[in-house]
Amino acid sequence: MVYVIRRLLQAVFLALVMSFLVFTGIFAVGNPVDILISPEATQAERVLLIAQLGLDRPFHEQYLIFLGNVLQGDFGNSFVYNRPALGLILERMPATLELAFAAIMIAVVLGIPLGVYAGLRPGTLGSQTVMAGSILGFSVPNFWQAIMLIMVFSVMLGWFPVSGRGEVGEFLGIRSSLFTLNGLQHIALPAINLAIGHLALVIRLARSGTREVQSQDFIRFARAKGLTEPRIVIVHLLRNILIPIVTLVGMSFGGLIAFAVVTESIFAWPGMGKLIIDSIRQLDRPVVVAYLIVIVVIFIILNLLVDLLYSLIDPRIRLDGAKQ
Amino acid sequence: MSLLQIDDLQTHFFTSGGVVKAVDGVSYSVDRGKVLAVVGESGSGKSVTGLSVMGLIDAPGRIVGGSIKFDGREIANLPSPEMRKLRGARISMIFQDPMMTLNPVLRVDTQMVETIHAHRDMSKPDAWALCRDTLGRVGIPSPDERMRAYPHQFSGGMRQRVAIAIALLNKPDLIIADEPTTALDVTIQAQILHLMQKLVEEDGTGLVWITHDLSVVAGFADDVAVMYAGEIVEQATTDALIAEPRHPYSRGLIGSVPSRNRRGARLAQIPGGAPPAVNRPKGCRFATRCSYRTAGCDAPQELRNHVRCWRADDLPAFDEVLA
Repeated sequence: MVYVIRRLLQAVFLALVMSFLVFTGIFAVGNPVDILISPEATQAERVLLIAQLGLDRPFHEQYLIFLGNVLQGDFGNSFVYNRPALGLILERMPATLELAFAAIMIAVVLGIPLGVYAGLRPGTLGSQTVMAGSILGFSVPNFWQAIMLIMVFSVMLGWFPVSGRGEVGEFLGIRSSLFTLNGLQHIALPAINLAIGHLALVIRLARSGTREVQSQDFIRFARAKGLTEPRIVIVHLLRNILIPIVTLVGMSFGGLIAFAVVTESIFAWPGMGKLIIDSIRQLDRPVVVAYLIVIVVIFIILNLLVDLLYSLIDPRIRLDGAKQ
Repeated sequence: MSLLQIDDLQTHFFTSGGVVKAVDGVSYSVDRGKVLAVVGESGSGKSVTGLSVMGLIDAPGRIVGGSIKFDGREIANLPSPEMRKLRGARISMIFQDPMMTLNPVLRVDTQMVETIHAHRDMSKPDAWALCRDTLGRVGIPSPDERMRAYPHQFSGGMRQRVAIAIALLNKPDLIIADEPTTALDVTIQAQILHLMQKLVEEDGTGLVWITHDLSVVAGFADDVAVMYAGEIVEQATTDALIAEPRHPYSRGLIGSVPSRNRRGARLAQIPGGAPPAVNRPKGCRFATRCSYRTAGCDAPQELRNHVRCWRADDLPAFDEVLA
C-alpha cells in the first residue's frame, strides 16, 4: 500500500515534469496566431487575439495558466474542430485501445507457446522455422506488411474488409468492435499488422527465457520428482520466464497506443494516431498537448501495473522494500 | 537380490569436440537399508552415474551400454513415461545446491503437494497434511507456517531439509543424494548427515551418497566406491577402505584428508590433474599422477579383487606410506 502511494506521488511528479516539457516544446514551436487568423486581418485584430489567448504574457504565467486549466480537465479547444481537445482524443481512444489490445493478445497468445516450443526443442525444423519467422517478423517494415496483408487477404482472397472500423457491440458496458463479427473482421488485419513485430519479440524472449530456465537445477529437480512434462513447463517454467515478457508487453502496449499511426493511417482506423498526425500537420496545439499528456498518463499507469504484476509473479520481488 | 544393481554402465556425451565417456563401465550395487558412498573428484562421473539411474541424462548424453536393474527390473533406457512413474516415487534424488533446487516462484506447499499428486491420488487436505508432517520429520520448526513460505525465506540448510522432505514424500526405496552437503557449512553438514542416516534407517531406504569429501563417508556409509575418470578404481567396505586403501588414488585421497596430516607439515596432495575426458590414456588412467608407476601401467587395467591396479598387491602397506 505504501508502495502504491509512493508510486502515485512519483507519477504525479512525472506528469508535472512532462507537462512542463511538452508546454515548453510547443511554446518553442512559435506563435499560433499566424495560422489562426486570416492574412488580411489588421494589426489591431492580431493584437486583440494575442491578448485573448494570453500569448502576450510571460512564459511562466502562460505555463501556470495552462497547468491550472489542465488540472480542471481543460486542455483548450482544438483550433481546427473548435471543440475541447481532450474530448476529441477521448472519443477516439476506444478505437485505438481495442486495436492495441487485440494486437497484444495476438502477440502473447501466439508468441509465448511458439517461443517456449522453440526453446524446448532447439534445432528441430519446427523451432528453426519459428525463429526464422521471428526474424522476418521484426525486420520487414510495418507499412509494407500492412500493404501486403491488404493485398493478399482483402483484395485477392476477399476474406477481410480493406479498411475502417466495423460495427460496435456492447458487452458488460464496454463498447467495442471486438464484440461483433463485423467488427472482428475489420480489426483482424490492422491488429495482425500491429502484432507481428511484437509477436516476434515475445517469441524471442520466451525462447531465450525457456532455454535459460530449462537448464536450472529446479527444473531438473522437478523432473526428479516425477512430474509430467506439461506440468513442468506450465507451472515451473512458464512463471519463471514471464518477467521479461511482462515488461515487454507493458512497454509494447503503451507504444501501440501512442504510435499506431502508420497502421491506423493505412487501414483508415479512426483512432488517436490519425488525429495526432493531422493535428501536428495543422499545428493544432491544444490537441497535440492534450495527446502528449494523455500518453504520458497511459505510460505511467502501464508501468505501475507492470511493477505490480512483477510482485505477483515473483515473490522475491518485494514492492515496499521492507525487511524480510 | 540387490535393490539397485548397476553393471558395466556406459553413459557417453556426444559433443562436437568428441565423445565424452563420462561413465565408462561402472558397476555397483546397493541393498535396502544400506548406504553406498560414491567418492571421486569433479568430472569423475559419479553424478552422471546417479543421473543415469534417474533417467535424467540430457542430450547430447545417452546411456550407450550396460544395465541398471532396480528391484530386479531393467530400467536403463526405460521409455520416459515409465521412468517418470519411478522418479520421485520409488527412486528419489537430492541435488547439491539447495539454493537452486527449489523453484523460486512457487510456495513450498505447492512444490511438495505436486510431488504426491504426480504419483498417487490423494485428497488435497490429506496430501497437505502429509507434506506438513514430513517437513516436521526433517526437523523444520513450525511446519504449518513454513509450508506457506517461499524458498527464499529459508536458509540454505533449511532448504536442503525441504528438498530431503520432498524426496521422502512417496516413501522411495532408493535415494540418490548428489553431494547434498557440499554447499552447506560444516555444522549444517553434520546435521543433514545425521538426519539422512536416521531417516534411511527408519524407512529401510537404500542410499547412494555421492560426494568428493571422504571425511563425510567414515561412520556413515556401509560401502565406498571410489571413482576416477569414469571408472570405479576401488570398491570396499568403508572400514576397510579407510584403514587400508589399496589403489594409489584412494591412498592419495585418504592421505590428503587434513586430519591425517601431521600438524604444521605441508598437506599431502595428489600431483597433477585428471586426464581430459576426451582421449583418455589407454592404460591406467591414474598413471600420470601415480608415484608407483612402472612400464606395466600402460596396459588397460581390469578391476581385480575390487581394485583397478595390477600392482595393488605389491604396494607397501598404507601405514608405512603415511609414516
